[in-house]
Amino acid sequence: MNQVGSVFFVLMAALSLFGAIGTVSARNPIRSAVGLLLTIVGIAGLFLRLNAQFMGAIQLIVYAGAVVVLFVFVVMLLGPDASKVPAGPPKGWAARAFAGVLMAVFALGGGFLAFRARETLTPFVPVSPEHGSVELVGRELFTKMLVPFELATALLIVAVIGAIAVARAHVDQKAKAKPERLPPQKLFHGPLHPRDAGHPLVKERA
Amino acid sequence: MVPLGLAVEHYVILAGVIFTLGAIGFLVRRNVLVQLMCIELMLNSVNLLLVAFNRVYPANMAGQIFAFFIIAVAAAEAAVGLAIVLAFYRLKGTVMSDEGDSLKL
Repeated sequence: MNQVGSVFFVLMAALSLFGAIGTVSARNPIRSAVGLLLTIVGIAGLFLRLNAQFMGAIQLIVYAGAVVVLFVFVVMLLGPDASKVPAGPPKGWAARAFAGVLMAVFALGGGFLAFRARETLTPFVPVSPEHGSVELVGRELFTKMLVPFELATALLIVAVIGAIAVARAHVDQKAKAKPERLPPQKLFHGPLHPRDAGHPLVKERA
Repeated sequence: MVPLGLAVEHYVILAGVIFTLGAIGFLVRRNVLVQLMCIELMLNSVNLLLVAFNRVYPANMAGQIFAFFIIAVAAAEAAVGLAIVLAFYRLKGTVMSDEGDSLKL
């Protein structure tokens, strides 16, 4: 049983690492999005290994189902011209390269210090099968965490309205103004029938 | 010897590597869309870490609840961020982040 779990862990960890490297290094933004999708699926698998079924399902529904689709949608909406590299030397390449190298050095140094500080691993203790189930997380969410939950709904509705307001095209109001309407008398062209000669179709305004 | 995936250190190492990759990508890449994806990578690694530590201390569900709220905030962030990218593209005609220098003297 543990061998199967270990193989599953290694597979999912390799999937998420491969996806992360692909996200960072791909030239094409669509391939970056697919790398992000691989990472998300791998992390959802790791959530299952951690007895967090509810979080795994939410991860797949929200991230793989909504966020990645939104990214792919925007990449396709903008088209290939948007990602074209403008001519000339890139601005601030030295600062960006320096920041990237600094981040890598800090991460390696932190990892090295962490390895030196700890020699024994912290194994997981056995938990009940209900750990991370929908029932347990839902009960916690709707009793102790009810106020943050409601605030999160408010945040989401504000974000939706803000996204619409920011992304909406600002059309010129003058160009959209309606054409001037003719007065009613001018709507009738041509000669009137002799029968109606003395009776105007529309009464003149005083 | 603890089997792989049953000690919190394995998850800490993996989450650290993914977070570092996301941070380096955010700092080095110029495409705003890829930078937003790198932010999602970092948020995902933090979620993994929170759930892993919740497995170490299973008395309450604080870690998983926190990861749940992070997912909600990340979804809101992605929606607003992509709307800003659309507005930026309409303004500048490109999605390269170093073109956004209108505030520069």
